[in-house]
Amino acid sequence: MKNYIKKYLNQQTNVAPLAVFRIFFGLLMFASIVRFWANGWIEELYLAPKFHFSYYGFEWVKPIGDFTYVLFIVCGIATLFVAVGYKYRLAIITFFLSFTYIELMDKTTYLNHYYFISVLSFLMIFLPANVYFSIDSYVKKRSYQNVPKWTIDSIKLLLGIVYFYAGLAKLNSDWLFRAQPLKIWLPSKYDLPLIGNNFMQQEWFHFAMSWGGMLYDLTIPFLLLYKRTRIFAFVLVVFFHIFTRVLFPIGMFPYIMIVATLIFFDANFHQKIISFLQKFLSHLSFRLKWRNLNVSSSDFEARKIVLRTSNYNFSKSKKQLIFPIIVIFFTIQLLFPWRYLAYPGELFWTEQGYRFSWRVMLMEKAGYTTFKIVDGKTGKSFMVDNKDFLTSFQEKQMSFQPDFILEYAHYLGDHFTSQGHKNVEVYAESYVALNGRMSTKFINPKINLYQERESFKHKNWILPFSSEIKIKGI
Amino acid sequence: MLKKIGILFIISIVIIACNSTDEGETGIIDNFNRGAMLTHIADNIINPSYESFKNQMVALKLAGDTFATTPNQTNLETLRTFYVNAYIDWQNIEMFNIGKAEELNYSFFMNIYPLSSVDLESNISSGTYNLDNDNYHDEQGFPALDYLLYGVANSDTEILSKYTTDTNATNYKKYLLDVLNQMNSLTEQVVTGWSSFRSEFIASTSNTATSSLNKFLNDYIEYYERKLRANKFGIPAGVFSSTTLPEKVEAFYKKDISKELALESLNAFISLFQGKYKGNVTATGLSFEQYLEALDRKDLATAITSQLFAAKAEIQTLNNNFNQQIIDDNSKMTRAYDELQKAVVLLKVDMASALDIQIVFIDADGD
Repeated sequence: MKNYIKKYLNQQTNVAPLAVFRIFFGLLMFASIVRFWANGWIEELYLAPKFHFSYYGFEWVKPIGDFTYVLFIVCGIATLFVAVGYKYRLAIITFFLSFTYIELMDKTTYLNHYYFISVLSFLMIFLPANVYFSIDSYVKKRSYQNVPKWTIDSIKLLLGIVYFYAGLAKLNSDWLFRAQPLKIWLPSKYDLPLIGNNFMQQEWFHFAMSWGGMLYDLTIPFLLLYKRTRIFAFVLVVFFHIFTRVLFPIGMFPYIMIVATLIFFDANFHQKIISFLQKFLSHLSFRLKWRNLNVSSSDFEARKIVLRTSNYNFSKSKKQLIFPIIVIFFTIQLLFPWRYLAYPGELFWTEQGYRFSWRVMLMEKAGYTTFKIVDGKTGKSFMVDNKDFLTSFQEKQMSFQPDFILEYAHYLGDHFTSQGHKNVEVYAESYVALNGRMSTKFINPKINLYQERESFKHKNWILPFSSEIKIKGI
Repeated sequence: MLKKIGILFIISIVIIACNSTDEGETGIIDNFNRGAMLTHIADNIINPSYESFKNQMVALKLAGDTFATTPNQTNLETLRTFYVNAYIDWQNIEMFNIGKAEELNYSFFMNIYPLSSVDLESNISSGTYNLDNDNYHDEQGFPALDYLLYGVANSDTEILSKYTTDTNATNYKKYLLDVLNQMNSLTEQVVTGWSSFRSEFIASTSNTATSSLNKFLNDYIEYYERKLRANKFGIPAGVFSSTTLPEKVEAFYKKDISKELALESLNAFISLFQGKYKGNVTATGLSFEQYLEALDRKDLATAITSQLFAAKAEIQTLNNNFNQQIIDDNSKMTRAYDELQKAVVLLKVDMASALDIQIVFIDADGD
């Protein structure tokens, strides 16, 4: 066993897939940042709200006023540096930190794929993605043909976890036997051309999509791994993600996944992409040369010489640092999604341990939560108009997620205390509807939430899931 | 292989392109015809409501002209009658925040209360004001008429004297006419605008943040939550403040019609839900209720109607004068509010979720 591992860690493979991955990752991230900015979301999501919902332990991460734009600029520049492979390590660290900071600023905007980008960019810090076809290798005049095989495999593993865990999460009775929430979502896409008015309205189609989605998620990593099924798998990947893109507002995620799964293809394929890019670049540089006559051609040619070496190996000290990090990283990735088992109650209802677990598209959940500010001594009370404090998007997200409700209750408590109200107590009146069930009371209205503290412990002020239609499964 | 993948990409891009260019196109053949529902709402509910109110408004304005020319007790009584009739009829159209009404902020000019009577008086004494300006929302419309016809002085004799012997009598008459003209001209614009907007309205059935269907549904629910539940009940009953605010009821100066106005508003809301016009079936057509039933949510449709009727029953037990009700026994007022509130949950959570209305354009992955 030990020998096997040792042998595996020393195995080398062609670097091309890693280099192509780096380029596409950088470019797609750049497009994401530009798109986010162009949609006006920096202003709308980070600057306009008075109040931001924080992740437990990261309350110090807040938007930084107009400097938030600078943060996005830094993040955007980092993506381009990653793409061209210039000062790669610094660039990917900068990207990881700035992107993660952005995501931590307000959990209202939490998306699984943002989390995916954060963990992927963290992993990429430790991968030699810049040793080939990059400015770094050009500047150092050294380029490598091969890298340790585990570096490319680690990306495949992460992708595999994302898909497989997303598939496991679909093994529940709502998804499989009630076709929920697709039964709600698909008919509402009645205005799609061709399929909107027929397939989307059919119950068998909702079930077919539910089961198909589950099977897709569970099997796609394996279908991509085996050469014989790879092309078929990739066709599925493209079809599946384009289809979800058409149906749902999931932004850049489908493109990211389509491009990321290219990593499963062999080196020849990636070599072709690189030679295509090389041709394109040399064409460009030729024209550049032709225009700028003062750049002597010999000078240009001289710089182009890059020493080709066969194998890239991590130094011993680097290995000692990197291996434990990678092992811990994947252990956490594998175990973290199971933390929900430590909590009592229905996961979809309480959402304790729901996030960061690749649970995607599983719930049509909506809530209505209002807050009563009570003077504990006199019993006098009044209701809060959420619109005074939250954007409509924040209010929507707050209304069905207990940790949001608690954080907001504290914000309200502090706010009204500072306004001179005495003996402030905060009570929530909350109703939530989940996957086509009638709404029921969500939060114990007799609990003063201002007294409750956020923690990793079970929140016993969430009323138990009382619907007769239970949810069974993983 | 690169070729194959290239082809795949091209196909995908074509799919996406097709999708985005065809947005908003209709041709519904599924089991629920949203276009037919909007057509029914447009032709058999919105249109007659607009026409009815327009006529009420014209009559009100004429009565105002007569009163301004000859301010006597008879003409005051007539004007008051038309004011009450128009105010009640207004409850049927306030929720249609669409087309020209949305563009002009129609309801802001017609019915923002409580009125700022101090500002109104200073407008009259100075004679300088601009009713088109957003800052003057709470100094015009029905609440201004309410004040000018009932609240400007303590007795009818004194009220009449404001328009006859008062040093500012000319300004009082002018202000009354300006308010009426403003209301009438806005109403004309909205009703005229509606006839050209109708075809756009019934065609826009897509499920996007900007489609008529979604905006109309959103506004409809918001009307219930804000204008009906909060403004007519919650705010004066002190639900959102530490003390009751009985002076914030609708038609504060006329006093005894606040219940009638509220009931008319709730009836209009229920009627629209059921596809009726002022409580009556005037034509057969599809409704939100049937929309929910088509989506296999008869349970929800029933829950909504029975909750709305429960609220109505609770409101019927109240004093005609909400101001008096709040002062005498506010608990009855808050009980009515609580019944209305229960329906907010059904509308905002269950119905919005069942119809999967796209409200905001932000990336989501369904969690």
